[in-house]
Amino acid sequence: MGRTLRKRLAAVGLWLLTFVLMVIMCVPGLWVVLTAFRPNAEVLAKPPVWIPENPSLNNFAKIFGFGADQVAIPVPAYFANSLIIALTSTVIALLIGMSGGYAFARYRFRFKNGLFLGLMLSRTVPGIALSLPIFIIWSRLGLIDAKLGLIIVYVALNVPFTIWLIDGFFRQIPKEMSEAAQVDGCTRWQAFWKIEFPLAKSGIASAGIFAFLTSWNEYALASNLTRSTDSKTLPVGLMDFTAQFTIDWAGMSAMAVIIIVPALILTFLVQKHLIAGLTFSGVKG
Amino acid sequence: MADISLKGVVKRYGRTEVVHGIDLDIAHNEFVVLVGPSGCGKSTTLRMIAGLEDISDGAISIGPRVVNDLPPRKRNISMVFQNYALYPHMTVRENLGFGLKIAKQSPAEIARRVDEAAEILGLGALMERTPAELSGGQRQRVAMGRAIVRHPEAFLFDEPLSNLDAKLRVQMRTEIKKLHRTVKTTVVYVTHDQVEAMTLADRIVVMKDGHIEQVGTPMEVFDHPVNTFVASFIGSPPMNLLPARISDGQVVFAGGTGLPVPTRLADRVRDGQEVTFGLRPDDLTPQGHGIARGGERAQLTLEVGLSELLGTETILYTRIGDQEVQGKMFGPRDVAAGERLTFDVALDRAHLFDTVTGRSVRRL
Repeated sequence: MGRTLRKRLAAVGLWLLTFVLMVIMCVPGLWVVLTAFRPNAEVLAKPPVWIPENPSLNNFAKIFGFGADQVAIPVPAYFANSLIIALTSTVIALLIGMSGGYAFARYRFRFKNGLFLGLMLSRTVPGIALSLPIFIIWSRLGLIDAKLGLIIVYVALNVPFTIWLIDGFFRQIPKEMSEAAQVDGCTRWQAFWKIEFPLAKSGIASAGIFAFLTSWNEYALASNLTRSTDSKTLPVGLMDFTAQFTIDWAGMSAMAVIIIVPALILTFLVQKHLIAGLTFSGVKG
Repeated sequence: MADISLKGVVKRYGRTEVVHGIDLDIAHNEFVVLVGPSGCGKSTTLRMIAGLEDISDGAISIGPRVVNDLPPRKRNISMVFQNYALYPHMTVRENLGFGLKIAKQSPAEIARRVDEAAEILGLGALMERTPAELSGGQRQRVAMGRAIVRHPEAFLFDEPLSNLDAKLRVQMRTEIKKLHRTVKTTVVYVTHDQVEAMTLADRIVVMKDGHIEQVGTPMEVFDHPVNTFVASFIGSPPMNLLPARISDGQVVFAGGTGLPVPTRLADRVRDGQEVTFGLRPDDLTPQGHGIARGGERAQLTLEVGLSELLGTETILYTRIGDQEVQGKMFGPRDVAAGERLTFDVALDRAHLFDTVTGRSVRRL
C-alpha cells in the first residue's frame, strides 16, 4: 500500500515537474502568439490580460496592408528575402557539409584532425564579434545590403556544424556497405548515391534543419549587413515596429508569429527524419 | 570461373609493410582458405584481390587478366563480408538484385537469377523482408545469395562466420561447402579459425606477419607442418612443443627425460643440436587408449594432473620433464589426479624443429 502510494506520488511529482518546465519553455512563445491576436492597448494593460478579450486578426491585416491604419512594413519582401537567403545558404552548407563530412568520415589525409578541430574552434567565436570586420570587408566588396552577402555569412556559420554532424552519420555507416556496392558493380560515386546517401539521409535532413533555422532566425549579423527591402530579413524587419516614441508590440508579435510558423511547419514535416537522425538506429539490425 | 594468381604482392601503408611479397596460385574452382592470427595480412590480401586495397608492388591476375589497376566492379568477383554489409534500406530481393540492376540486366533476367539464388539458399520466404528483420544466419545466407547471383569468376569470403554463434557456425560451414559444390567457382576464404580452414579448404594457406608460412592440403599442413608456428596453429588442442637437445640418439628434454630420436629423422639431426620436439596430443596416449595403428612407439610413464572429459576422449594434462604437455585418452575411463599412467608416444608421427630457425628438420 505504502509502496504504491509512494510510486503514485512520484509519478505525480514527475508530471508536475514536467509541467513547470514546459511552462517555463512555452510561456514566452505562447505570450507572443497571444499578443499577436490582441490590440496594442491590451499588451500594456496592468494587471496583464492573459487571454485576449477581443481576439482579432487586425495585427496581421495591418502588416499586410489591409484595413484603415496601414503599417508600411514590406513583409512579403522580407519574407522572400528570408526564404531565399535561408534556403540558398542551407543548400550550399549541406553540399559542402556532405562532401566535407564524407571526406572526414571515409578518407585519411594530412592534417585531418587539425582541420577538424579548426572547424570546431571556429564555432567558439561569437558571431557578433565578427560583425565589425565582416561589415568593413563587405562594404569594400559591395556586399552590404545584398542577399549574397548574408548567404556567404550564413554558409560560413553553418558549414562547420553541418560537416561535424554529417561526418558523424557517415561514420556510423560501416564502410563495408560502400565496398559491397563497389564489388557489386558500382563506381564509388554510384555507391555513394545509391547506398551511403540514402542511409545518411536522416542525418543530412537534421543538419539541413539546423542550418535553415540558424539562417532563418539570425538577427545580429543581419541587422548590421542589411539596409533595405533588397536584403532585410524577417527578424531584422521586427525592428521596423519600433518608432521614435512608440513600439507596436502587437504588430511585432504578429510578425514574430509569421516568422515562427514556417520554421514550425518545416520542423514538423521532417521531424520523423530529425528523430531518426538524432538517435540513429536502422543501419545495424 | 577463373584461376587467381598472386606474384610478389606487397602492401605498404606509408612506410609500414604489412604484406611482404606473397606468391600464390589458386586453381580454377579451388577452395583456398587463408588462415592465420589477426594481423597476419590475410584480410589485406583478400581485399587486394577484391580491389578494395591498392597493391603496393607485384601483380594479381584473375583468369588471364592482370587486375592490379582495375576497380572492384571490373574484376567480376563477389565478396561476403564479416558484417554481411547487406543494404539496410533494401529488401532481401532488392539486395540480391542490386548488382544485376547496376549491371543493367533486364528485369526478367534479374528476377530469374534472384529466384535461382533464393532457391539454392532457401530464401524464398524472406524475400520481402529487410535485413533488420532477419536473424544472423539468414543475413549470412542473403549475403551469400548476393554473391552468387552475379555468377562471378570468384567468391571472396572475409571471415563470414565469425559473427555467428557456435552452433550456427558449424551449420553455415556445411552450407558453404555445399554451396561450393553446387556453384562450382573459385573461392578464396579468410578465417582465423583453423577448424574452419581444415574443414572447408581444398588447400590451406597459413599466414603470419605478412608472410605465407605454408601452403598445402589440410592433411599436409596437419601432418607435415614446416615450422613450429604452423605446428602450433593448426590442430586443436595444439601440438605440444618441447625444447630439447639431441644427445646420443636421444631427444633429451629439460629436466632429464629422454626419448629416442624418431628413426625417419635420425639422419636429419646432429649430436648436440638444440631442437623443439613436436607431438600432437593424439599421439601421446595411455596404453590401451590410443588410436590403433602401427609404427614406431616409445613408452613414458607420466603422472596425470588435470583431466578433461570430452565424451569420446579425455584430454590429460601431464608433464614431460618440467614441461606441461597434453595427451589424449580415447575410449576414456575415469582418471584420478596424480595417477601414473604408461603413455605410448607415436614417434613416427613426432616432429623435430630446429630451435634457431623454427623450421622442421625433415626434408622439405
